[in-house]
Amino acid sequence: MPLLAYRDALNQAFAEEIERDPNVVLIGEEVAQYDGAYKVTRGLWKKYGDKRVVDTPISEAAFIGMGIGASMLGLRPVIELMFWSFATVAYDQIVNNAGQIRYMSGGLINCPIVIRGPANGGTNVGATHSHTPENWLAAIPGLKVVCAATAYDAKGLMKTAIRDNDPVMFMENTLLYGEEWEVPEEEYLIPLGVADVKREGTDISLIGHGRAILTALKAAEVLAAEHDINAEVVDLRSIRPLDEEAILNSVRKTHRAVLVDENKAFCGVSAQISSIIMEKAFDDLDAPVGRVCSLDAPAIYSPALEPLQLPTVDRIIRKVKEIC
Amino acid sequence: MGVEGPRGWKEANHTNRLHRMTKSAANSVDYARAPINAKLSNEEKIRLLRDMIRIRCFEQASLRLYQQGGRDGSKIGGFLHLYIGQESVAVGTVSLMGDNDHVITAYRDHGHALAVGMSMNECMAELLGKVTGCSKGKGGSMHYFAPDKNYWGGHGIVGGQTPLGLGLAYGIKYKGLTGAALCFLGDGAVNQGCFYESLNMAALFELPVIYIIENNRYSMGTSLERSSVVDKCLAQRAEAFKIEWAQASGEDLYEVRAVTQKAIERAHKTCRPTVIEFDTYRHYGHSVADSKHKGGYRKEEEIEKYKREHDPIQRFKARLMGEKVLSEEQFEAIEAEAKAEAAASVKFAEESPFPSEEAIFEDVYFEVDRQTEAGRTGRHFFNN
Repeated sequence: MPLLAYRDALNQAFAEEIERDPNVVLIGEEVAQYDGAYKVTRGLWKKYGDKRVVDTPISEAAFIGMGIGASMLGLRPVIELMFWSFATVAYDQIVNNAGQIRYMSGGLINCPIVIRGPANGGTNVGATHSHTPENWLAAIPGLKVVCAATAYDAKGLMKTAIRDNDPVMFMENTLLYGEEWEVPEEEYLIPLGVADVKREGTDISLIGHGRAILTALKAAEVLAAEHDINAEVVDLRSIRPLDEEAILNSVRKTHRAVLVDENKAFCGVSAQISSIIMEKAFDDLDAPVGRVCSLDAPAIYSPALEPLQLPTVDRIIRKVKEIC
Repeated sequence: MGVEGPRGWKEANHTNRLHRMTKSAANSVDYARAPINAKLSNEEKIRLLRDMIRIRCFEQASLRLYQQGGRDGSKIGGFLHLYIGQESVAVGTVSLMGDNDHVITAYRDHGHALAVGMSMNECMAELLGKVTGCSKGKGGSMHYFAPDKNYWGGHGIVGGQTPLGLGLAYGIKYKGLTGAALCFLGDGAVNQGCFYESLNMAALFELPVIYIIENNRYSMGTSLERSSVVDKCLAQRAEAFKIEWAQASGEDLYEVRAVTQKAIERAHKTCRPTVIEFDTYRHYGHSVADSKHKGGYRKEEEIEKYKREHDPIQRFKARLMGEKVLSEEQFEAIEAEAKAEAAASVKFAEESPFPSEEAIFEDVYFEVDRQTEAGRTGRHFFNN
């Protein structure tokens, strides 16, 4: 199977969906002539032209609202946020218009859009550019939230997100754009709401999403090699809808869980997962659920310190050792 | 013609081509003779009057219902923003819509909804939160929708609909259709940032959107003078984006139609946007809960003057009587019929059932409602 970079896997998803459906249109800052700020849309404007790949001014509220309005007439806009952190200036459009219009219209209107872009810390760009808003948005009934950890997942999930008839918030990661994974040449789709067990294990479940899953996989190797602990790693892939069964099945098997993600712990995704485990698998637990998240402060700029703010292999191992 | 707008702005408008045309018409030509109005049949004129009267009677009935509650013990919750006094704007503009023209507005949305042809029954039932409401009782007063009539709401956040109007225009153009998106906003909404982002993109992308500012002079309890820096008028701000604009009186239905028609023609023929500002006035408060609108931020004499001298229904009635199209008896019959229709809609609403408790979780996700494979995969709702 050929190796493909995360950004190129997304690029293939866009190209395939543009060719499949004449209503798919890519919209965003620098997505066309500049080839994308992170080159995710490289070559697509040249290939598909002005109608399908559209550069916008720096006006997130207007171009996201425009995409929502156009989707009400049947278009399927795929809208790039250069950083998901910039969603804050378009929050009303995302939350109130994309998120609520189906409900408030009694189901008369739907909003088949994808809003996508990187949502991660770890690149020394300071707190305003380093938010992980998957929990803010997953808290809104009406929105769906997807976080892809690998190129394979990114392509399959993106194609599904574009075909979905509800608004999908798609979280990528700048630190992964250049990383390569095996991606099949033939077409495939990955459903939303299906987790992926990325490593089978018996002693503890490491459950999370996004790039933290890769950190958890590294930690699992160390735990196996140095601590004789066989960890299972469960990648949620989508936060809403959520594959609750996969979480519970893993916990029922290992009886221990550490939740790992780059969200904050307080009111973060892991808080919800922890609550679900407590409510539905309490009797299966042999230890309290542990969590390894981003440290609870704004993202620090200092290149020497920021990596420590994200979940690290060491922190995961320490937390696992506390409860194993 | 040409009732003085606030602070006599109309005299100050000389720079804009479109406006100059309307201004000269105001001085010399009766808007009744504008081609778009001259071709109206007597029946069509009566229908326009009836549409305005129906809006007023519907809202008067809704006000009573708000104050007294339904005979079934139900009540109108939350806010009720009445459109009374502004009917000519919705009826005049919507009367020009063709198959590919679309409408979107803010929270004072009853008038536009009835103008596009939504029934009083579904609108009244929505106010009482009944399942027979246009949004199945999930939207309320501020959130009426009828996509089958090209009516896209009904939006509660001030200015939040302006990018959506841009998107409707984008969709029209993308599909290669000849159409326009009529996006209404109030004088308060012109100070929201996303409106200016939208104006820039409307001009940049050449989109057939018509922003129609219904300037009723007060953004809630704050007068125009206290909320906006105004040179000549609000619509003139469009000049910063090289967008054609017009300012006109909103109280004469003929004038509303003549001015709007030019914008629709521009959208259809050149795919260019327009900003129109109609001077208008609401007889009631910002919402029914606005206790300070009478004698607070507005003098009672001012309200009475507008009711007496600038009521769009009375003005159009006088016009049609002058044209020998309408008699007093006919007017009274139309009014009686509209009142009866409104009363029947109250009865319909009262007798309609509330949504079931299960309905709370319906209409959140398309895929879940349709029970598609996507809708059956993963957990979508999180209740304990």
